[in-house]
Amino acid sequence: MVDLSQYLPILIFLGIALGLSALFVFLPMGVARLTGAHNPNAEKLSEYECGFPAFEDPRSQFDVRFYLVAILFIIFDLEAAFLFPWAVSLDMTGWPGWVTMMIFLGELAVGLAYAWKKGALEWE
Amino acid sequence: MTETFVNWGLSYDWAWFLATVAGILLIALPLMLGVAMIIYADRKIWAAMALRRGPNVVGPWGLLQSFADGLKVFLQETIIPSAANKGLFLIAPIITFTVALLAWAVIPFNSGAVLSDINVGLLYVLAISSLGVYGVVIAGWASNSKYPFFSAMRAAAQMISYEVSIGFILICVVLYAGSFNMNAIVEAQRGHGFGIVNGYWFNLLLFPMWVMFLISGMAETARAPFDLTEAESELVAGYQTEYSSMAFALYWLGEYANVLLMCALNAVLFFGGWLPPLNIDLIPWFEIPGVVWLLLKILFFFFIFSWVKATVPRYRYDQLMRLGWKVFLPISLLFVVLVSGWLMITRYGGVA
Repeated sequence: MVDLSQYLPILIFLGIALGLSALFVFLPMGVARLTGAHNPNAEKLSEYECGFPAFEDPRSQFDVRFYLVAILFIIFDLEAAFLFPWAVSLDMTGWPGWVTMMIFLGELAVGLAYAWKKGALEWE
Repeated sequence: MTETFVNWGLSYDWAWFLATVAGILLIALPLMLGVAMIIYADRKIWAAMALRRGPNVVGPWGLLQSFADGLKVFLQETIIPSAANKGLFLIAPIITFTVALLAWAVIPFNSGAVLSDINVGLLYVLAISSLGVYGVVIAGWASNSKYPFFSAMRAAAQMISYEVSIGFILICVVLYAGSFNMNAIVEAQRGHGFGIVNGYWFNLLLFPMWVMFLISGMAETARAPFDLTEAESELVAGYQTEYSSMAFALYWLGEYANVLLMCALNAVLFFGGWLPPLNIDLIPWFEIPGVVWLLLKILFFFFIFSWVKATVPRYRYDQLMRLGWKVFLPISLLFVVLVSGWLMITRYGGVA
């Protein structure tokens, strides 16, 4: 039985938390105008790269291994998502449910072993 | 609390709304105060372990240090770099802090004292803590500067890597408790150990999981020894390099709120939450309110976090990824098999 009314406080909390956070970000900007601390110039607004002007576009390249990690995360998080309902209903599904999930986990373990052997988990 | 407002002559809906808002403020405001004090405590503990005194000038014993810092940061100029994507640059700290606050909606402070008693509470915490990645990645990307960008890539990879093993560790706990509801998980720990110990921590199958959860929690919140996202010797200050004023402070507040959340999860999932440590009435400690026990446990775990920060050198990134994917993931996967198998034999199936 899903008690959806319990989610309403979370929604109200979201509103209040958003309001508080936005206040924290925008209020100091307003205060800085009033106190005279707001005093931008071109040098101050340039990006910080240890004193040098930026050499190139910082978003131009990134390591492909981050991509691999992200894909592996999607796979294993999905695996966890399949485990959640199984974990709470183990008393109802009994041994057939357990054995089935062990087969599923075994297949994913093979996948992990393959990624491991291929070096997808290496960061040298 | 709703009844009180109804007695004042309000209609039920308005009374409920007011009571809910009051409950939310009762969580959010002490949490922010707690974060300010915990930053002070962190510096004090860190200093004491280095045989020196921490902040001790502002206020008695330096108690007002965090508030002085907050005021200073509040009055500073907010600099938005000209190369940055302004909208995203300002939204990122808002996301981070909002998400850090939101997770507390389902933490039970006492029997029934929880803002929203949803039956998939643990799943909600997992989902919300995943959302924290967005604030960091958006901040790093929107800054349009090299070091924040590198830091954001690292932070994202690190957080999602450890989230995988955290997911499997949580499944082990859920298998034992038989529910995702946070209160039910705490209740399931009552007298779990020979009828006297409240908590899963001493359980031989769950104790290794707790150790891994503690370490994963440090990696998930980018605390030392896993603070590679803000490795100041190589990345200046990490993804917040371009931030200033309160937007900068929000990242610290959010980070410490997440650390407190991890401490609270340690307490709730493995150390019996708001239950007293032992289920026997040695001294009349059932009279002590549950929230006191929970706070004591949270502070205990925060001390461990500070302790580790003060004593353990920083990991290298390849070591961090190796630990997450090649050690924690296989072990937690193995323990899902072991725990479920053990429960099948002892609780559900019998040796059939």
